[in-house]
Amino acid sequence: MHELSIVLSVVDAAAQVAQENQAERIDAIELEIGALSGVELDALEFAWSEGIKRSILAQAEKKFTLIPGKAECSDCGLSFPVTTLYDPCPICNSYFVQVTQGRELKIKSITLEAV
Amino acid sequence: MCTTCGCSSHEDGVSITRIGAEHQHQHLSGWGRFWHFLWYGPHQHSVPAPAAVSTGEKKTIHLEQDILAKNNQSAQRNRGYFEAKNILALNLVSSPGSGKTALLERTLHDLREKMNFAVIEGDQQTTQDADRIAATGAPVVQINTGQGCHLDADMVYRALHELRPAEDTVVMIENVGNLVCPAMFDLGETARVVIISVTEGDDKPIKYPDMFHSAQLCLINKIDLLPYVKFDLERAKDFARRVNPNLEFIELSATVGTGMQSWYQWLLARPRVKLNPTPVGTYSLVH
Repeated sequence: MHELSIVLSVVDAAAQVAQENQAERIDAIELEIGALSGVELDALEFAWSEGIKRSILAQAEKKFTLIPGKAECSDCGLSFPVTTLYDPCPICNSYFVQVTQGRELKIKSITLEAV
Repeated sequence: MCTTCGCSSHEDGVSITRIGAEHQHQHLSGWGRFWHFLWYGPHQHSVPAPAAVSTGEKKTIHLEQDILAKNNQSAQRNRGYFEAKNILALNLVSSPGSGKTALLERTLHDLREKMNFAVIEGDQQTTQDADRIAATGAPVVQINTGQGCHLDADMVYRALHELRPAEDTVVMIENVGNLVCPAMFDLGETARVVIISVTEGDDKPIKYPDMFHSAQLCLINKIDLLPYVKFDLERAKDFARRVNPNLEFIELSATVGTGMQSWYQWLLARPRVKLNPTPVGTYSLVH
């Protein structure tokens, strides 16, 4: 259940931003979660509701954007969508592929009331 | 002191214990906090400072910040420390029961005159593993994560302050037995070693791909039991190579010793490993 520690990391980062901007609450937060990041969206949703209670994010409207996986074949150079870390290249069947998208775990933006 | 739970230190359930030294432990700030949170429910540990009066104007800050930025920053700090002291730091990850501690015991015993070792043990509870390591004579620190399912870089950073490894040491970090969560947390290690045993399923690499994707070496342990279990070595390797074509493999048995030489050769081939001086002509890898 590392998703709860992910949520607590988000709470810490959000609290830092709120402090820097002297805001007492955050209105909205947008996260980008890669499909290959190792974080399950369902588990994150569950952990979120528990993890933000009484925090700076308690009232915040949240938006999770799932970033689909993409990889590039190291043998033939093809860029193609992937859903797992072991999808082979659809053209040359090579497993030598580099994931180019989908590992993201990012706080994209935070909306708060400015002083 | 926290008025809800009565804890005297930080909001946390993590403790760090130097085995063999005078008993001491410290609470950590960090993710172990979540166990504390689950146990006691939401509560405030300090009174927040009064906020400035808001103008009501909304502002969106485009952060583009990695959620694990704090962990990664700590990991980089550990990495710099390891580099400066020429320390080879290995993060050993596996399911529970794959034989990580037995592998360490044998390695530390066999190579004790060739290299300097220090060990960080990660477990939810008890110092049993650290006690086993301490019996080999190697310095060891136990991190108990409470209900935590992985080590993070800050725990290791604090454990290093207790351990204080000398230059040219090989630091073995035995992560919490869990093939899922530790994959996400960089500890600042030089290399990640994933261990599976033949008593597990040979399809584990594609069932838990993240760990195999981030490792450089895969040790397949308990091969002395191969005649008794349905484990296809080549199938397991094939699955692991689909996830990570660059992964190296060593088959061994920490209990009976088969294959341990290959593991020692791998260790010796790491750039940061410096052998203790031995008289010319008397060198042998294992006694």
